[in-house]
Amino acid sequence: MADLSARCGPLALRNPFLLASGIWGESGESLAGAWAAGAGGVVTKSIGSAPRFGYANPTIETYERWGMLNAMGLPNPGIDEYPKEIEIARRAGATVIGSIFGGDADEFARLGARMASTGVVALELNLSCPHAEGFGTEVGSDPKDVEAIVRRVVESSRLPVIAKLTPNTSDPVALALAAERGGASAVSAINTVRGLAIDVRLRRPVLAHGLGGLSGAAIKPVGLACVWQIYEKVSIPVIGVGGIMTADDALEYVMAGARAVEVGTAVAFEGIAVFGRLVRELGERLDALGFSELEDAVGVAHSAPSASSG
Amino acid sequence: MRSVVPVTERVEETPTTVTLRFDYAAAAAPGQFVMIWVPGDDELPMSLSYTEGRSKGVTVKEMGSTSRNMQSIRPGTLVGIRGPYGNTFSLDPGRMLIVGGGSGAAVLAPAAEAVIARGAKVTVALGATRAPELLFRDRFRRMGARVEVSTDDGSEGYHGFVTHVADRLLGSEPFDAVWTCGPEVMMRKVVDSGSRHGVPVHCSVERHMKCALGMCDACALGPYHVCVDGPVFPAERLTPLGEFGGFHRDSSGRRVGP
Repeated sequence: MADLSARCGPLALRNPFLLASGIWGESGESLAGAWAAGAGGVVTKSIGSAPRFGYANPTIETYERWGMLNAMGLPNPGIDEYPKEIEIARRAGATVIGSIFGGDADEFARLGARMASTGVVALELNLSCPHAEGFGTEVGSDPKDVEAIVRRVVESSRLPVIAKLTPNTSDPVALALAAERGGASAVSAINTVRGLAIDVRLRRPVLAHGLGGLSGAAIKPVGLACVWQIYEKVSIPVIGVGGIMTADDALEYVMAGARAVEVGTAVAFEGIAVFGRLVRELGERLDALGFSELEDAVGVAHSAPSASSG
Repeated sequence: MRSVVPVTERVEETPTTVTLRFDYAAAAAPGQFVMIWVPGDDELPMSLSYTEGRSKGVTVKEMGSTSRNMQSIRPGTLVGIRGPYGNTFSLDPGRMLIVGGGSGAAVLAPAAEAVIARGAKVTVALGATRAPELLFRDRFRRMGARVEVSTDDGSEGYHGFVTHVADRLLGSEPFDAVWTCGPEVMMRKVVDSGSRHGVPVHCSVERHMKCALGMCDACALGPYHVCVDGPVFPAERLTPLGEFGGFHRDSSGRRVGP
């Protein structure tokens, strides 16, 4: 069986499939459960300075098997309460990456320092939630802001920092370059794509917040394009996110340049057992394709010979 | 996917509970719940109190502002429905003891109907704060169940807690299984009685919910998610968890007291 271990800058993962932030990450038992189900690592809910209830329901709209729109509103228990959940996951042996969100570089730096003291192996900065006023995309769309935030968190935490980037921009590569300049160890791309659903009978948006973020199979081509473009211009590792339901989906991201991937919406459609299946199927797929290790497949699509050169 | 349907009927069951009926064709089984959206307000998980046929129903207890708004809905008002979600009571016929506290009877009534239809012999221990709050007492009687009533104030039936009635029944008669729904401290006592008398207990558990798809973690209960692993749990899964009858999580995910 091919070697599935993934090296993502300073991070060594037993396999490339990370539990995406926002999924199953509110309780330590759930993080531990995702690890036990086979995830290569788990990313926490995005944690802020204070408890947040998030938006009223409806927070979710689903589209058969191809997508999901959500506006949860960054619910989280806050950095004072959350370390006990991380401790439960760490006691279960999980590799935990702590996701944080703040309104400016100062808040990110404070949260980064706090999160770093919980024993997480890395920080992921939520610079990309598309539906929270004052956070996420609103502080992660300008490369200057991204660079400043990343730099401050790197200084305050001394942990590997992953910048999670938005696709809701004309130039995701500029954001990735900014994260690299700020000292990020990796970038993850993409967060959800801004979207909307309207109930025609009620003549109103379905989600209580109105705008939401689209995830699931529908956004895989968007994520792949971002990873592809970023890989060509940025030298730090890329983590691919968006619509990964099968081992081939993951392998597409790897061949586009990703060294690890995050899985989220698939958990809603299949349950946490999706991790065990993805790990098994990726091993079989790599064997069938003649790769002895995952590393060998990273970015290979960029060096494919052109049809005319053959 | 959700449906938007008009409420067809509104019934005031007790001073604090209202049943809303609506046409919703999706197949449902006793124990399952739907997410009901009051447009302009919130969306809440509600166990189905009527599961058979096209006309489904939920029985709403006033808990906060959204459930209060839900109770005031008049026939013809449009609501959003998605589901049904969650697991079901296993309807193996036998000698059943059903223990309902307050609005917990809402999910137990359709389960009792279904299991009686399969030939079960059903005894219901039905408890409430006072006589007018005894939910579905007459419905349980009409379906052929024996009903043992208790009220906290003694205004009808046994003067005391339904858990005492359940414990006495379990100690004096043979039962094959117990189903219970109500406040968690009550269910915990029923579980203790069941284990003392060697009768398996299933509990219908309530937690805060958002996605109802096993994804957002709002309804995390130990290693389980109530929306997909429940809401019906065998007691032996719950008793090792400190949080059963102990704590729940608020909308932010913080652990808060019972």
